[in-house]
Amino acid sequence: MTNHVYIYDAVRTPRSKGKKDGALHEVKPIELGAGLFRELQKRHDLDTAYVDDVMMGCTAPVGEQGANVAKTITDFAGWDNSIPAVQMDRYCASSLDAVNSAAQNILSGWNSLIVAGGVESMSRIPMGTAGGAFLMDPEFVMKKTSVPQGVAADMVATMGGWSREDMDAYALQSQQRAAHALENGYFDQSVVPVVDQNGMTILAKDDFVKPDTTLEKLASLKPSFELMGSMGMDDHLLQKYPHIAEIDHVHTPGNSSGIVDGASAVLLGSEQAGKDLGLTPRGRILAGAVTSTDPSLIFLGPAPAAERCLKIAGLKPSDIDLWEINEAFASAVLRYMKDLDISPEITNVNGGAIALGHPLGATGAMLVSTMLDELERTGKKRAMLSLCAAGGIGISTLIERV
Amino acid sequence: MSVFKYEKDQDGIVTITMDMTGPVNAVNEEFEGVMSETVARLEDESDLSGVVFASAKQTFFAGGDLNVILAMQPGQEKEVFDNVEKLKDMFRRLEKLPVPVVAAINGAALGGGFELCLSCNHRIAWEDKSVEIGLPEVQLGLMPGAGGVVRLTHLLGLQGALPFLLEAKKVRGAKAKEVGFVHETVAELEQLVPRAKAWILENKDDPQASIQPWDSKGHKIPGGNIMNPKIAQVALVAPQMLRQKARGLMPAPESILETAVEAITSGFDAAQRVESRKFAALATSPQAKNMISTLFFQLNEVNAGSSRPQGIDTSKVKKVGVIGAGMMGQGIAYVAAKVGIEVVLKDMSMEAAEKGKAYSEKLLDKAISRGRSDETKKAQLLNLIHPTDKNEDLAGCDLVVEAVFEDMGLKHKITKDLEPQLADGGVWASNTSSLPITQLAEASDKPENFIGLHFFSPVDKMPLVEIICGDKTSDETLAKGFDFVQQIKKTPIVVNDKVGFFTGRAFAAQLNEAAQMLSDGIDPIRIDNLGKAVGMPIGPLAINDEVSLSLLVKVRKAHLESGLIKLEDDKYPEAWALRETLVHEYNRGGRYHGDGGYFDYTDEGKVLWPKLREMYFKPEVNEAVDNQDIKDRLLFSCVIETLNCLEEGVLRTVADANIGSIFGIGAPPWTGGYLQFINTYGLERFINRCDELSERYGDRFKAPAMVAEKLAAGELFN
Repeated sequence: MTNHVYIYDAVRTPRSKGKKDGALHEVKPIELGAGLFRELQKRHDLDTAYVDDVMMGCTAPVGEQGANVAKTITDFAGWDNSIPAVQMDRYCASSLDAVNSAAQNILSGWNSLIVAGGVESMSRIPMGTAGGAFLMDPEFVMKKTSVPQGVAADMVATMGGWSREDMDAYALQSQQRAAHALENGYFDQSVVPVVDQNGMTILAKDDFVKPDTTLEKLASLKPSFELMGSMGMDDHLLQKYPHIAEIDHVHTPGNSSGIVDGASAVLLGSEQAGKDLGLTPRGRILAGAVTSTDPSLIFLGPAPAAERCLKIAGLKPSDIDLWEINEAFASAVLRYMKDLDISPEITNVNGGAIALGHPLGATGAMLVSTMLDELERTGKKRAMLSLCAAGGIGISTLIERV
Repeated sequence: MSVFKYEKDQDGIVTITMDMTGPVNAVNEEFEGVMSETVARLEDESDLSGVVFASAKQTFFAGGDLNVILAMQPGQEKEVFDNVEKLKDMFRRLEKLPVPVVAAINGAALGGGFELCLSCNHRIAWEDKSVEIGLPEVQLGLMPGAGGVVRLTHLLGLQGALPFLLEAKKVRGAKAKEVGFVHETVAELEQLVPRAKAWILENKDDPQASIQPWDSKGHKIPGGNIMNPKIAQVALVAPQMLRQKARGLMPAPESILETAVEAITSGFDAAQRVESRKFAALATSPQAKNMISTLFFQLNEVNAGSSRPQGIDTSKVKKVGVIGAGMMGQGIAYVAAKVGIEVVLKDMSMEAAEKGKAYSEKLLDKAISRGRSDETKKAQLLNLIHPTDKNEDLAGCDLVVEAVFEDMGLKHKITKDLEPQLADGGVWASNTSSLPITQLAEASDKPENFIGLHFFSPVDKMPLVEIICGDKTSDETLAKGFDFVQQIKKTPIVVNDKVGFFTGRAFAAQLNEAAQMLSDGIDPIRIDNLGKAVGMPIGPLAINDEVSLSLLVKVRKAHLESGLIKLEDDKYPEAWALRETLVHEYNRGGRYHGDGGYFDYTDEGKVLWPKLREMYFKPEVNEAVDNQDIKDRLLFSCVIETLNCLEEGVLRTVADANIGSIFGIGAPPWTGGYLQFINTYGLERFINRCDELSERYGDRFKAPAMVAEKLAAGELFN
């Protein structure tokens, strides 16, 4: 039995605005996924019959993303009939969960080559389409003090003592770092252009980044969740935390993650699989962990998940060269850095979802490619990837360049 | 003969005239028997063309028997469930008859009464003031259990039904038709049953006439079901707003909302069963017991005059004198004139008196702008208020209400000067909130005619008046005072004379305890938020700012100086020291006095006065005290002070304590008032919790002896 899980490759689509005027709106979710699969096949001359399974995250598995979109993507890409494929949903943790689950699968020896990733066309299947008891079932909402994430993000900022200025300063840095990375081609190895049936390019690079962002522009944006808060949600959440006087609504479209379309895919396998197929490993998975914390605050899970990864791998925070925490909201990032006492210098070095966008169920596996590329570019060794997710869930994956 | 008169006419229409034993038609054992026979007979009836439900009573149907519900205890949920399911089954069979069923609504149809109507294919109401229709169960901590939530939601849609279900809105006449509660109305009572029969005949060829909307093919709930994005949005926001409003303290509106959403999510019959399950849980809940006991039974008792001396004829005030045209006086003038009483509003200067009258004008203009009054009514009312600065204008008043500043000397002087103006046998009342009536009456020539009428601010909104009897107050004077309070449409409670009476003491308890906790070192924001979490309308520190810290300090000083209270009896020395420091050293007299109070007040709202934390906050103390202790300290301090009032004989009845606390001083309705709270909390548990609190926070939390006595006697506070 093998005791290593190797990352043989990691790819993603570019990300584009997840609305009707976004560049990827015309692209079906199964095509977003299938395009990546065809690229993996082409790059590695992959015998897809060797692939044991496909695991794809998706948080709105309804409509054209419904009924196990992982299988339809696999079939649509023309991959072998023997691949069963499964769609997974652990909210925003979905595709990193797919990566972790695939790794566990491979470690067990039952499977040896798996594609893990995610897909989310937020322009075609808007957020909320899938409903869900956590905001739609009054009994659950009232029993569990369940409020929309934006209100909770503002609460986390209030609890942390972070102001609107803190949020905007962080957002500006994300934009600047992402713009710098984009301009210098840091993402080029992983980003696979989305093309049409004629091979004509629909979108080649991330187009959501706003390099001309300034603090003044950020400061002019209206708080996104003030109205919601005033409709009872603030008071509802405050009932659970009586030491807080009021919620400071600090998040805006400028310092929250962007709504985008996109897909991701990571090729994971055992050492033997690599030998059999002549693949060169780029990295390996040292540990993965998923946990959950206070569901009303949503964003506290990533730090304990990262700590568990360190424990599993027998490492200390100082052994980690780069930290990547999904920028769902600026406060989620500040909270993660505070909880783990890590430096902003080595956290989200190429920006994140505030600048690049957050295609919910596809983001986690995107972090794998972003970090792997960065480790290779800088010659560094280890990176910790984390995301927060609804329900207080936090997920982390610890990777190492080989 | 059956209590349901069953008559079939030559057209094949059966008219059921409900005339149950007792004053009203209601859901009880008799109803179950007769309704089940009737439904079975209708199902077997040959040549039936339609059914009309009518009532021989003044009301159409009164709904559930609250005595039965009150008796249901935790553990009996299955019994409650089975009972409502039986009822539902009868209603379901009624609406599934192959012929149209019409409700001829001749009087109030509330709760179960309206649920019966909703099970009819067609509803016709008499356009009379008395014909009120609605589902008010939520006000008593209950929900409709005989299909009301599910049927109303199917009828009006989620958005349409929720206000009626959650806010107990009642409608009549044209409005009832407009909102869809009834299909048509008739102007005359005599037209009701004939119109019902005519409708059946008009529709005899329409197969749809005997099918309920929710049983019709292609039935669509107005607005759509839960899959409709707009309705989903309603379902998303409604629980958040409900939690904001009810703070998780009221299971009834929550269960109603959950059931209504279930009705737009699952099938009709499944949703009905969910309604029964939730009803069963509610009927046995402490909140329902508390609210039914106090807000139905005890309120009826109080309104029926249980605290009014017997055998004295009811009196009416024709002319009232109000002395002092300040905030209280002007409000009293308004509520008296509103019911047609002539008012002489007297102050030191004509200007002040006129200003007091202008308050009524302001209120009326507001009412007119909201469509609740008109210029004629305004003129009539204002005509009744005579502002004056002359003593002799008070001549002939059968009641004088003195509402000047809380100063014994001043009040004595006014009594002496003006009492002679009273009509023969007239009553002198002082609107004092704290000064003993017996001492105030010392200035009176007729102390037997002297009484306390303690109004609450704002007078036009607050429903309570606390009547205080001095040592010499006669029964006749009490009866007159009581009648006056009812005449101005307020609820009277009657208490005996002692500093602060009942409401003042129970109200002050939470303010004192809050100040005490501040002084202990607890986070002020926590204190206020946990006060709200218990169900106080606003946090205790914020309330204290509203009523003014400096006023409390001033009144206490005066009471100490006059010997009304003694320093050694003070249960909250640290709390008072803190307030005195704030008032005297930092000019923090309250929201409207000095530079603010516990909070700073700006146009943007209120923020904690930063120095307060600096001076008193102790993180280690704060962390050692859990939320439940803070909540209980605030609630129990009021409950214990109420018990003290009962033990000392200040309170005469439990009902007065409960009604007074909810209507006058913001006791959370879920408690059923400060004494009823103990009944469902459990007397033994209450004593034990008091012991814990007194061990941690001081002897003031010891349960007064009467709780143990009641427990030993197997009694509750009733």
